[in-house]
Amino acid sequence: MIQIVETELPISEVTRAASAELGDGAGAVVTFVGTVRNLSLGHRIQYLEYSAYEPMAKAEMQRIVGEVHRRWALPCAMAHRLGRLQVGEASIVVAVASAHRKEAFEACHWAVDEVKSRVPIWKKEVAVDGFWWVEDPLGGAPGTADDA
Amino acid sequence: METENTFALLLFASLRDAAGADVISVHLPGAEPATVAGLLRAVEEQCPAIAKWLPHLRVAVNCAYATPETPIKPGDEIALIPPVAGG
Repeated sequence: MIQIVETELPISEVTRAASAELGDGAGAVVTFVGTVRNLSLGHRIQYLEYSAYEPMAKAEMQRIVGEVHRRWALPCAMAHRLGRLQVGEASIVVAVASAHRKEAFEACHWAVDEVKSRVPIWKKEVAVDGFWWVEDPLGGAPGTADDA
Repeated sequence: METENTFALLLFASLRDAAGADVISVHLPGAEPATVAGLLRAVEEQCPAIAKWLPHLRVAVNCAYATPETPIKPGDEIALIPPVAGG
């Protein structure tokens, strides 16, 4: 299960999707949930704005799920949220199910790292004192919050 | 007569803001087989606003990351991918 949503993340649905594939053989489900933090490099965050190259983001998420399947032979499901997110809201959920917890932790950790390095999704941080794109390679001058 | 192929490149996030456009076009000579490397040379020559970004960008062809050797043809969906920040 791969989803990109613009409303609240279906965390329990993603968790169930991973464990359902293993059926009664599942002894562990590791679910990672990423949430919006209130501070970034000392700036107090008002909200984040996520955007994506959506067809490729879905394709890349599907490839990561396929690689978890090949490397660990474990089911993985994930969803990412786009649009405006407030502090404390969930932006990503990744779940891996396994017979035993060790492999599930390991594969879930790997899958989250891969999402962060490969899936074409970007976030703009809007703080009380300006906004900027996270990972902007040329560090464009921060704009004012009114322009965000 | 020399022909020319035009490619539309999708832009996102910080790169889209810097270019002030969500898509740009570049032209490649039609005589030689087109590759991602040739496309990036054309971007450097034809799109000065983006030239300084090139070392930081990855290229996607039809929704998959490409290498400099990846062949391209008119009609392919090509995107310039600035550093990602999902999660």
